[in-house]
Amino acid sequence: MITRALLADDRTGRWFLAIVLGLAVIVPILHLAVPETSAFHISTATLALLGKYLCFALLALSLDLVWGYCGILSLGHGAFFALGGYAMGMYLMRQIGSRGVYANPILPDFMVFLNWKELPWYWYGFENAWFAFLMVMAVPGLLAFVFGWFAFRSRVTGVYLSIITQALTYALMLAFFRNDMGFGGNNGLTDFKDILGFPVQANATRAALFAASALALALGYLVARAIVASRLGKVLVSIRDAESRTRFLGYRVEHYKTFIFTVSAIMAGIAGALYVPQVGIINPSEFLPANSIEVVIWVAVGGRGTLAGAALGAVLVNFAKTTFTTGFLAPYWLFALGALFVVVTIWLPKGILGKFNDLWERWRPSPAEKSAPKPEPMPQLAE
Amino acid sequence: MGRLIRPILLILSLAVGSLLVPQRAAAAPEDLAAGLALIAKDSFNDTIAGIDAIARSGAAHSAALVEALQDRRLLIDTANKKVFYRDAAGAVRDAQSNEIVAAPPADLSAVRLNNRVRGVANAALGTLSLMNPDPARRIQAAQAVMKSRDPAALPVLDAALAAEKMPNVKAELQLAWAAVTFSKADVPLEKRLQAVAYLQEAGTRDAVSILRSLPADAAAPLREAANKAVSSIEQRLALWGYLQNIWYGISLGSVLLIAAIGLAITFGVMGVINMAHGEMVMLGAYTTFVVQEIIRSNAPGLFDYSLALAIPLAFLVAGGIGVAIERGVIRHLYGRPLETLLATWGISLILQQAVRTAFGPTNREVGTPQFMSGAMEIGGLVITWNRLYIVIFAGLIFVGLLLALRYTPLGLHMRAVTQNRRMASSMGIRTGRVDALTFGLGSGIAGLAGVALSQIDNVSPNLGQSYIIDSFLVVVFGGVGNLWGTLIGALSIGMANKLLEPYAGAVLGKIILLVAIIVFIQKRPRGLFALKGRAVET
Repeated sequence: MITRALLADDRTGRWFLAIVLGLAVIVPILHLAVPETSAFHISTATLALLGKYLCFALLALSLDLVWGYCGILSLGHGAFFALGGYAMGMYLMRQIGSRGVYANPILPDFMVFLNWKELPWYWYGFENAWFAFLMVMAVPGLLAFVFGWFAFRSRVTGVYLSIITQALTYALMLAFFRNDMGFGGNNGLTDFKDILGFPVQANATRAALFAASALALALGYLVARAIVASRLGKVLVSIRDAESRTRFLGYRVEHYKTFIFTVSAIMAGIAGALYVPQVGIINPSEFLPANSIEVVIWVAVGGRGTLAGAALGAVLVNFAKTTFTTGFLAPYWLFALGALFVVVTIWLPKGILGKFNDLWERWRPSPAEKSAPKPEPMPQLAE
Repeated sequence: MGRLIRPILLILSLAVGSLLVPQRAAAAPEDLAAGLALIAKDSFNDTIAGIDAIARSGAAHSAALVEALQDRRLLIDTANKKVFYRDAAGAVRDAQSNEIVAAPPADLSAVRLNNRVRGVANAALGTLSLMNPDPARRIQAAQAVMKSRDPAALPVLDAALAAEKMPNVKAELQLAWAAVTFSKADVPLEKRLQAVAYLQEAGTRDAVSILRSLPADAAAPLREAANKAVSSIEQRLALWGYLQNIWYGISLGSVLLIAAIGLAITFGVMGVINMAHGEMVMLGAYTTFVVQEIIRSNAPGLFDYSLALAIPLAFLVAGGIGVAIERGVIRHLYGRPLETLLATWGISLILQQAVRTAFGPTNREVGTPQFMSGAMEIGGLVITWNRLYIVIFAGLIFVGLLLALRYTPLGLHMRAVTQNRRMASSMGIRTGRVDALTFGLGSGIAGLAGVALSQIDNVSPNLGQSYIIDSFLVVVFGGVGNLWGTLIGALSIGMANKLLEPYAGAVLGKIILLVAIIVFIQKRPRGLFALKGRAVET
């Protein structure tokens, strides 16, 4: 019902959800039911890759929510993604139990190796799946809430905010690289065995994880759509386009910003949590500032402020990355990525989907479109 | 018995030897012969006794003999029980007469060594070299004695102290004397107290460890004096350590300043977020590398001037690329700072990969000119020359930039465009040209930073990336649009980092600092020295 109401005037969204949900059904079937000899069979590697793309798409979606609709360019969304991933990784580590190299039933291998005697307090509870899943959302959400509360209340905006979010992820990276933090230092968390009692490496589990990622992406889209289509969403857009004016009209700008930043961080955390069991490792390099900036380019390529476009951009750029970096083109990947940054910002400021929508409107101004909200105009960032 | 006789003999031999050098050889020839006979037996205990005998023989070449022993050049003719040695030039000499042997016996074997023998040889050599005519050797010998604290050296030390003329050698001898006297139980109390005073004056870590080594049953006044001296020395050392940390802080601050000041121009004056700034630094470093390579292969004699050549070239290379970036990309993005950030990030990736393709992904070696290597010591403070030069270089750039902004036409135009672009344009200033030149200036300064950083950091394609976040934090912390803010920001961040390091460790200190800056930005969202008025809101 709600879904239908939401999508009534969202043509792109209907297509997007149809594709994502279709993938959630078709890909696992092609992987599990189609024999390996068939041309339609999807190999384990491809499945993991596609699952990864979907997680990145959810991450891009979360960034689009804050950047595209509220003008907050976070260069630290990789940190929320990684924190969600670490929460999931901790759960998976505790599931290993005594099957680790040192066969310690309580302590993960790296702690035994570092001669730790007991589990640090912040690892308590992670043997419980529900607690861990709660933490996947709570930790990034809480960090974003506290960070956002202080930053937005003091009216840190624009470039300054971008730089301190970058400093945040940088500080977290340095912290997680330390062995005494109790998160596996350099090597991170890996060698996972089970998730919810199913072996992580099994084909059926992988297929289920893929389906879960697709569902999470669809759900994330619906949540984001519900937010931006609501009155609250309108206020967000007005903050993006004229922050001071919105404030003068009596809106508590910092509350809106903190809210959307927190929601976005929770989505990023979920994306990270789904990412970890599919790639089988989480380490501090996920916190690299460069990773967070790369997320921004996914959004920019797909189309800022279009939600579906962000997800599309994430998949396209990562597909290009996979293609480039696995062949003889590998040395040219950074040239291509760099050129992408430049080309998109100068010639495609609305991204692929934005451009497509523009062309569509010009050629087919159908009556149905008139009631639809116009694609959000690109902000002339008021600072 | 021997314990008593040995020092007496030493004094005698030295007293004679130091007065009349030619007679030295004749001082105690029987000791030399006895020592050599002992060594010829080639058992460790006999060798040790032999070394002692040689040391007290006073023969002119006794030091050469002990040295030869250490280097396994002391040879035994086992058949005839005669000892020879091969001197530094390679000629074989008779150990007794010190004359070159024209036809040495065929089957000479080197005297065997173990650690105990080496230790005794070291101590003996230390004592023997105390009277060496070369002052550097005398200092070395004094330091060796200080380490070994061999009581047997005391009489020689006394003699050497009396004969010494050079004050710096004398200080070392005095310290060695103090070390030995302090550790020797049978020396009168006032002498040992005197030794404590000398050690306290020296104030080194070695002195502390000597003072600490006092046995518990030593006389109470001595123990008290030693304890007092230790605490006083440690206080002084802590003070020097603190100063050293401050120096490290200044040094790091100047590195940050040098990396960030170009950014302060592009970001602060133009409002352009140049994420490729770090790559300009890297290009400057690679320019230095290329200049040095060319000089190495064409004119190695000019190597010391390579940096002087690299500085203008790096400025031109980085500045030229900066102008090209501004005209090609950034020009289209004015008023959209976040997009500029992304586009310049893309450029930085391209530049990194281009350098990686051209020069390879590994570190390239950039040499340090002669006058910049090494270090100087001021009290307990060690200052390496290259760091000092970087501090000076950073200061020069800062002052130069201040003057350029204040007194040159370009500086005037830059300030005009910053304050009111349209008005400046109406007054006939070509704002586009000013933008390009300003960006070029900022990038060129980044190139200069690259020359400096090539001296202390690895020159690799990732050089720039490691500085970009720090540079941005410096500029944001100091306040945009204000060079003084950048200076204060760089110095305080550098200082805070280095002063935190001893307590928190390098990584944790850095994390604390980052969090502190994030918190600070909440308090003052526009930095230490924020622009005030309407300019802020545009």
